[in-house]
Amino acid sequence: MPTKEVRQLDRVIIRLAGDSGDGMQLTGDRFTSETAEFGNDLSTLPNFPAEIRAPAGTLPGVSSFQLHFADHDIMTPGDAPNVLVAMNPAALKANLADLPRGAEIIVNSDEFTPRAWQRVGYSSNPLEDGSLADYRVTAVPLTSMTVEALKDFDISKKDAERAKNMFALGLLSWMYHRPIESTIAFLEKKFAKNPEIAKANIAAFRAGYHFGETTEVFAVSYEVKPAALQPGTYRNISGNLALAYGLIAASQATGLPLFLGSYPITPASDILHELAKHKNFGVRTFQAEDEIAGVTAAIGASFGGSLGVTTTSGPGVALKSEAIGLAVMLELPLVICDIQRGGPSTGLPTKTEQADLLQAMFGRNGEAPVAIVAPRSPSDCFAMAIEAARIATKYRTPVFLLSDGYLANGSEPWLLPDVSALPDLRVDFATEPNHVADDGSRQFWPYVRDPETLARAWALPGTPGLEHRIGGLEKSDGSGAISYDPENHDRMVRLRQAKIDGIARDIPPLEVEDPDGNAELLVLGWGSTYGPIGAACRRVRARGLPVAQAHLRYLNPFPANTGEVVRRYRKVLIPEMNLGQLALLIRAKYLVDAISYDRVRGLPFKAAELADVITATIESIQE
Amino acid sequence: MTNDGSSNGQHRAGLAASLAGRAAYGNGRPAGLMSVPQGSTALAAKDFKSDQEVRWCPGCGDYAILAAVQGFLPELGVPRENIVFISGIGCSSRFPYYVETYGMHSIHGRAPAIATGLAVTRPDLAVFVVTGDGDALSIGGNHLIHALRRNINLTILLFNNRIYGLTKGQYSPTSELGKITKSTPMGSLDQPFNPVSLALGAEATFVARTIDSDRKHLTEVLRAAVAHRGASFVEIYQNCNIFNDNAFEVLKSPTTRDDYLIRLEHGQPITFGKNREKGVRWTASGTLEVCSGDDPSVVVHDAHHPDPTLAFALSRLAQPDLAMTPIGIFRDVDRPVYEDMLADQIEQAVARQGRGDLAALLASGDTWTIR
Ligand SMILES: Cc1ncc(C[n+]2csc(CCOP(=O)(O)OP(=O)(O)O)c2C)c(N)n1
Ligand code: SF4
Ligand SMILES: [Mg+2]
Repeated sequence: MPTKEVRQLDRVIIRLAGDSGDGMQLTGDRFTSETAEFGNDLSTLPNFPAEIRAPAGTLPGVSSFQLHFADHDIMTPGDAPNVLVAMNPAALKANLADLPRGAEIIVNSDEFTPRAWQRVGYSSNPLEDGSLADYRVTAVPLTSMTVEALKDFDISKKDAERAKNMFALGLLSWMYHRPIESTIAFLEKKFAKNPEIAKANIAAFRAGYHFGETTEVFAVSYEVKPAALQPGTYRNISGNLALAYGLIAASQATGLPLFLGSYPITPASDILHELAKHKNFGVRTFQAEDEIAGVTAAIGASFGGSLGVTTTSGPGVALKSEAIGLAVMLELPLVICDIQRGGPSTGLPTKTEQADLLQAMFGRNGEAPVAIVAPRSPSDCFAMAIEAARIATKYRTPVFLLSDGYLANGSEPWLLPDVSALPDLRVDFATEPNHVADDGSRQFWPYVRDPETLARAWALPGTPGLEHRIGGLEKSDGSGAISYDPENHDRMVRLRQAKIDGIARDIPPLEVEDPDGNAELLVLGWGSTYGPIGAACRRVRARGLPVAQAHLRYLNPFPANTGEVVRRYRKVLIPEMNLGQLALLIRAKYLVDAISYDRVRGLPFKAAELADVITATIESIQE
Repeated sequence: MTNDGSSNGQHRAGLAASLAGRAAYGNGRPAGLMSVPQGSTALAAKDFKSDQEVRWCPGCGDYAILAAVQGFLPELGVPRENIVFISGIGCSSRFPYYVETYGMHSIHGRAPAIATGLAVTRPDLAVFVVTGDGDALSIGGNHLIHALRRNINLTILLFNNRIYGLTKGQYSPTSELGKITKSTPMGSLDQPFNPVSLALGAEATFVARTIDSDRKHLTEVLRAAVAHRGASFVEIYQNCNIFNDNAFEVLKSPTTRDDYLIRLEHGQPITFGKNREKGVRWTASGTLEVCSGDDPSVVVHDAHHPDPTLAFALSRLAQPDLAMTPIGIFRDVDRPVYEDMLADQIEQAVARQGRGDLAALLASGDTWTIR
């Protein structure tokens, strides 16, 4: 075998695209696992259609998975792929516009029949008509080679064809020097019930690998050295999985059994699916009849001393609003996870957006303040789930956790936390009367507050002598009895607000990254834009322009130093995947003339795009 | 849990028979309270009166129901702290404020869902839902039917006054067709629900109807409802003397009630009239019809029959003018309870996977170590 050239790269962005039925997400997940195991830093971006199986070979049916991996730490799944694997003409057509000139394209030539390329609007075969001259195209008959490799297996032709994604994965694994043992083990496990299929898939995977090794079609393979990550044990984790694990960890830290009331909705359902698997942690998952029942059941569970959680997306939050207001009034802990998606209405169910901030902030009748936290990366969902539960239980309040489709499905390596170092978040329930009546009798008043946190006394049903009633009607300060007194209402409205505002004393300050120390522009973000903004700032600094970055993980209340931070810079730029919701809050609260940069395309920002916006903004200051 | 009463043949007259084949008071805990602790001190009705001033209109049927419930709770032998009343919104839903137990006055229509979250996490509590015809059947209809089909261990008391009381007199989903109210000056156009038929259609395992003014009957129904393990649905005809006065008068007045009411008693022939001169029997087409009280084919009531056909046919007897309105227990059958099955699954999961180990969970899947 001729020894082939091995070229060193510092990073690669690869996109796998095919029909929804082609198994691109699975292939991407496997390649990611191999890459993680190899020790690269990485970030992923799955992108799939809202339809479960749009007609095969059509543009709406294209599903893709992008992986960015590098020998250094990276913050995003990458703007433009260096490599596209296209399983059919539709996948080529749907993704070509994202490729820079010179990018490598590997296509499954078996699928480029006239019928298939005509179907997506090509008037000639793009592999032959020269239209791809700007790219390095390699046509590989993936399907027929897979079928050929599996001809001795006792499986149907259809099953053999299906294994073409494993052939492609094998080829890529060779091309990027990925370790392959974990994929073989994975396939054995996945198809344990059907050993012939397992063997066939493994054979296809190996065939792809060997094809790479032996064929002359590929003259070079690539090596991306492991990244210098902090020592420790890692795994790859998506935002939804990290969130589910965070809720379980929060249940252990608070000592409260976890109760999830939820109604299926993209992109939140996976949290329900995951938690349903962990009943051995005492987790109770309840698939409710609608989102209102999901949240109200969680409130009922909270009343009984569980950690009541509901998971949903924007349309579900709209339905839950009245119940969240009830929880504000009852002053019971409640965690509401909103995995945001494109809106309004059904909008773009499988795409990302961060346009529910104001809904979380204000989307209730009356003055109904709640705490809001927002993870900034997939693995940060773990930490922020614990934070949401900490704030909810300590302050007896609903807490919103705003994730989004990009965080939910995107993944990154995660340094496993030391579980013995989890905070102790146990709750001090009331067990004794806390009030002496005029006649000297001792009573329990459910709205007596802790002077520091303003949290009310919380007595669980089952506690003798502390029987009491709570409800949505305004209640008398202290006793909790129904009160229509005007002054009392004014006081209670302010107390509920002051309780939420006071959380600012109990959260970390907003950190600013300004390595040059002389930036005049601050780029402020929240949620899933952290990666793209961070990557963009690095590029801008590399151009010799100083820029500061700060990212809010707490949105209500803002960290105590937020006003001071935003006033410190001549200009504040706020990129958001909405029409300027954080900018509105910052401007209103701090009277700072923040500049909003917003795009709502259902896709995360690209680092290059933001870098240009930041550069232009800096230049406009200097003019 | 004891078996279905119909199998042991031990049928005594009256409502007591509903309890006979099931776990009854005295000889052990009723099934519905099996997981609820027993109190050591005897309580009286006054122990269940809260310090809140009751604010229903004078003469409202809700007073009678409150008094009956407060009079009945002591016999459960459950400590006050293990009883919870959850309500929605409406006049009826003010109920929890007046009972010295734990309670929650929640939002319109959602009480069954809140109670579900509480009951499935706290089997040591006796959980009651108090709701109105608007609360349970308009805005909260979805939660009601799902709580019933899941068979959550709840006792649901629906105060049916066939009107929206709290919002001052609009027609409700149980108002009779053509009802003239503020919102229907020319008469309502929508067919009312029959709450008992609805509950039966929703796979309810315990369905009963009673009347605010008949304390004895109300108490007997409550007793059976609490004894039942699973969702118990009790429709209580309640007079709103302000917006729908005398809605049930024909069922209450000594001159008419015997001809209008059919008192269902498990194991007894279904007869009515002053001298039990009327009865009901099956027709060839599978409905019930009135016959003579001594007709040999008079149907014997079987509340424990696994099939709800008889219960449903009985629920359809009631006429728009309330003639032939059955009260009592239509259906009382055993079916596994949601929270019991959930507890089972948790136990199984622990047995199979071991008690949850967080560190192991986080490290599940592919991991790699960097030194
Ligand atoms: C979301 C919402 N919509 C409407 C109302 C107004 N409202 C309060 S009680 C009620 C109807 C109550 O009727 P019912 O359940 O029959 O109770 P009743 O007062 O007759 O006991 C309505 C419409 C409300 N409180 N909340
Ligand atoms: S309005 Fe009717 S239901 Fe409401 S309290 Fe008055 S009488 Fe009772
Ligand atoms: Mg009513």
